[in-house]
Amino acid sequence: MNNRIQRAKYADRIMTCVFYAIAAFFFALLLAFSGKVIIGGLLGASPEMFAFERQGSIGNQLFNTIYLVFVSLVVSVPLGVFAGIYLAMYAKEGLFTRFLRICIETLSSLPSIVVGLFGYLVFLIFMGMDRSVLAGALSVSILTLPLITTTTEDAIKGLPPGYFQASMGMGSTRWQAIFHVLLPACIPRIMTGVILAAGRGFGEAAVLLYTSGSGSTLRWGNWDLSSPTCPFNLFRPAETLSIQIWNLQTNAQDTALANLASAVLLLLVLIFNISANAWSHHINKKNSGEKA
Amino acid sequence: MNTTTQKGMFHKEYAWRGIAIVCGLFVIVLTLGIGAFLVYKGSDTFLKFGHTLWEFLGSTQWQPVDSAQGGGSVGTLIFIVGSLVTCGLALLIATPFALGSAIFMTEISDKFGEKFYRPVVQIFAGIPSVVYGWVGLTVLVPFIRNIFNRQVGHSILAAGIVLAVMIFPTITTVSADAILAVPDSCRKAAYGLGSTRWQTIRRIVLPASAPGIISGVILGLARAFGEALAVAMVIGQTTALPTSIFSTTKTMTTEIASQMGNSMEGGELKSALWTMSLLLFLVSLLFITLIHFCTSRGKKKLEGGNA
Repeated sequence: MNNRIQRAKYADRIMTCVFYAIAAFFFALLLAFSGKVIIGGLLGASPEMFAFERQGSIGNQLFNTIYLVFVSLVVSVPLGVFAGIYLAMYAKEGLFTRFLRICIETLSSLPSIVVGLFGYLVFLIFMGMDRSVLAGALSVSILTLPLITTTTEDAIKGLPPGYFQASMGMGSTRWQAIFHVLLPACIPRIMTGVILAAGRGFGEAAVLLYTSGSGSTLRWGNWDLSSPTCPFNLFRPAETLSIQIWNLQTNAQDTALANLASAVLLLLVLIFNISANAWSHHINKKNSGEKA
Repeated sequence: MNTTTQKGMFHKEYAWRGIAIVCGLFVIVLTLGIGAFLVYKGSDTFLKFGHTLWEFLGSTQWQPVDSAQGGGSVGTLIFIVGSLVTCGLALLIATPFALGSAIFMTEISDKFGEKFYRPVVQIFAGIPSVVYGWVGLTVLVPFIRNIFNRQVGHSILAAGIVLAVMIFPTITTVSADAILAVPDSCRKAAYGLGSTRWQTIRRIVLPASAPGIISGVILGLARAFGEALAVAMVIGQTTALPTSIFSTTKTMTTEIASQMGNSMEGGELKSALWTMSLLLFLVSLLFITLIHFCTSRGKKKLEGGNA
């Protein structure tokens, strides 16, 4: 009897050590990983790699990444927010709503290469676009749409019911309650969802492989929107940072450049994710403070 | 005047509700559209080029002709096996560690876990897969080559490790949520009976949260299954069945990513690739169904436990 208790205690101690070890190991691994990518990439870079040149630099690709994600958010945020409003406020439980939820879940778990192929098929083959910012951005927005929809729905449903009731009690219509009371109250929450979506868009490569192309000849100061070298032309091919890493790895020429591109991409994503995290933490704190 | 503003109010209400409904409908149309396009394009392999489903799934002869005449062979068993083996290996590596971390941050050091460990893990869930692939290629591949004395470091092992690191955050966060959902009364009852912490974890907490943990594992599996570029960088890309974890092979996603660009529209190769994408789509549907099954089981289990 005593023996058994002794053994159980030993097992408990050993397993506690094992769990500490696992946690410490992965913590160290993740830190070493990001440290290696960011510090290694930045240290190995030469100053001209930060330039906005056609080759051997990351400036244009960095601009393309941000511009493409911005365009994709312009499309997916309104669609996602309205779909979220529909789900939270107007949808009646039933077959249609259940089906809509299944669709959102399917969209969010699609392999990104499949979304990329769908974009390639629809925008390039059926609509006859060339590989372009627009085709890439629309494909990325398919990926970010479910994320924004679910965040909006959760944000609206997470508000205290008094907000909606008070507004309706003052004689507003449903839409007035949504637009003037509910949406302003949950904009911070929706914004964290949008930031997360942007973070996902920055790193996306498989989707863009066949939709956004890989040229990056830009002439800064060219404001003719139809010219293929104008930075803001929606119909020009655009190589993003992630595609640049992929291309450099297939051609295996410039390791330092790919290292730098990974470092900058990782920094970009980390900054976005950490700020989203900090912001939602802040909101939670504020909200729980109000209740108390 | 009063009536006109009221009328305007209701017009607006109907208009905006209409827009919200249209956006909801759009999501449905988009999903159905993706499915329909994949079926439409992917069925060519069977209908136009006359291959059987059995040949597509069960043969290792992968020599599709890049023209509209057809006549090649479209056995994708190599890619299916490649996908299964790499994902299986990734799960094998990632699951114990992820489970350990989840238990650590919920049961053992919950304050540190909640404040620090979980946010860090969540942030790492967002790291772009190309970055993982690139680090795998520049660090892991030479490492494997040197340590095991292989000619090439590109291997299933490298792909498995890269995927494992990639899906680790997903499995960890979902499992931690499942463990947190176990009612505290269960733990207190176990401690009250004199069990140690490890006994409580193993006999009470883990069984009670098993459906949630399995959902996390399936989510991780789905992510690993759909990953293309990170795997393509480190797996070596040879069209042959793998013989050991050091052999190079291809997966479905890597084959699609590398061949789609240089195949002819309407050709046999292209339609075989579309059929593979359709297969990927169906597999991700299967994963969703499994997760639904697990969560409904889990709910029942917890409710039953409370009653």
